[in-house]
Amino acid sequence: MSLAELAAENGLHRVGARPHFFSYIAETWGRRQFALTLARYRMRSSVEANRLGLVWILLRPSMNALVYGAIFGILQAGRRPPDYAAYVVVGVFFFHFFSGSLQSGAKSITGNGALVQSLAFPRLTLPLAIVLQELLEFLVTMIVMLPVVVLFGHMPGWDWFLLIPLVFLFTLFNAGVALIAARLTVHVRDLTQILPVFTRLLFYSSGVLFNVNTILANHPKIVAAFDYYPVYQVLQLARHILTETPIYHVEYWGYLTGTSIFTFVVGLVFFWVAEERYGRN
Amino acid sequence: MDVTDELGPLPVVVDHTRKPVVVVEDVHVTYRVYSSGKRARGSDGALLKKTRGLREVRALRGVSFVAYENESIGVIGPNGSGKSTLMRAIVGLTPPAAGAVYATSRPNLLGIGAALISELSGERNIVLGGLALGFSRAEVAAMRDEIVAFAELEDFIDLPMKTYSSGMSARLKFSIAASRNHEILIIDEALSVGDRRFRDRSEARIREIRDNAGTVFLVSHSMSSIRSTCSRVIWINQGVLVMDGDPDEVIAAYEESRPRPLSQGR
Repeated sequence: MSLAELAAENGLHRVGARPHFFSYIAETWGRRQFALTLARYRMRSSVEANRLGLVWILLRPSMNALVYGAIFGILQAGRRPPDYAAYVVVGVFFFHFFSGSLQSGAKSITGNGALVQSLAFPRLTLPLAIVLQELLEFLVTMIVMLPVVVLFGHMPGWDWFLLIPLVFLFTLFNAGVALIAARLTVHVRDLTQILPVFTRLLFYSSGVLFNVNTILANHPKIVAAFDYYPVYQVLQLARHILTETPIYHVEYWGYLTGTSIFTFVVGLVFFWVAEERYGRN
Repeated sequence: MDVTDELGPLPVVVDHTRKPVVVVEDVHVTYRVYSSGKRARGSDGALLKKTRGLREVRALRGVSFVAYENESIGVIGPNGSGKSTLMRAIVGLTPPAAGAVYATSRPNLLGIGAALISELSGERNIVLGGLALGFSRAEVAAMRDEIVAFAELEDFIDLPMKTYSSGMSARLKFSIAASRNHEILIIDEALSVGDRRFRDRSEARIREIRDNAGTVFLVSHSMSSIRSTCSRVIWINQGVLVMDGDPDEVIAAYEESRPRPLSQGR
């Protein structure tokens, strides 16, 4: 009898072989407390390391909104979107959730070498924990975002509850993006060098600070392409819910649901395929 | 060790009365190394093959053995003999070029080195480590005190792990990983940084895991540690098994093979 037969007879599995997709997902679900706790601890430790603590989570996107809002406000002059302050605040805060998931998600495996190399658990929990952490921080920033919106004359209404499905879909999308970025970084570490530039590019091109229809009026094809860009859809839907901007397409909900679920599933599968690879140098 | 090369690989004797937990079948591991010292990335790519100075290091050259339940296996051999490579292959961190490793569950590996999550406190590392190992929150809460007491870190448990000494860090990691029975645990020199007192206690714990149907691999250069914990010893040299068997016999043969140190202090 060969050793492989002996192993098979006793129910031993080849070490490192990735489990079936659905048992992998089930295993990850079993570690949901781990992902959640990791997200909470990480958030708290990042807060505790600074004198102002939790205030930083609020200050970071607020200062971004202030700086970029002021500069782009002056540059755009008459072409500013209507209701500019609320436009920028909603844009910057929502975008922050996306860019944070992408950038920290990319480092979720490579930045946790010691953990990945010593304990056996489904690696999927690490990028998911990052997205959870970003979600928690995003929810905290709502403390600033919502009052600002109210301050500029938009009273809360029942339709604000639509933010819940919107944030849910956005989280799915961000998780998919984070999973893809996490695996790519394992193969090509240099990616972490390019990602900040890439997110900056997206920040300036996602209609965070300007109205796509006005600025790109001479390029109707590009404007049409924005209708298929999930991050832009999220920003527009959020603005519609909170400030009732006229630019709004009901189809966005449909598109967004589709792309978010699609991106999440693709991210899961893409990440799972390389499960054996994580932790190796 | 030319002897083994002449004799060929050690024959594997399978004990069918016991339950196998880890089966290592003819595992070969090859590292591609730039002779400048830089390890080559990726195993294919025509560019790399042409590079001058790219060398293949055969870290493991056909290792086979079967580890059973209720067994603690000491792994000995000189530096660079392939001990750590073998342990990494058993955990699945190093892919074998040929052969395969089979196990009942994915083993946990305790090595020297960084904390689990260095910016978090020891306390939070206990919780996260426990949850990562698959315990529920309640179970983690229940064993928290035990882990802290075992690691003897009561006074430092709320400090970030990056402030710990390597011995303290090793103590905490061992206490977390060893909190679970019925597991495959691999300890790669992790106890060597601990003090005498902790070493005694961890050795007792290893025997306990072994007696509770666990399987422990212990890589160490301390023959006294190996003698006091292991029920079997594997001796590796230049990537092949030289001997596999009773601790006293293997250790005696191993020490016999090595040049005597000037002073015999042990």
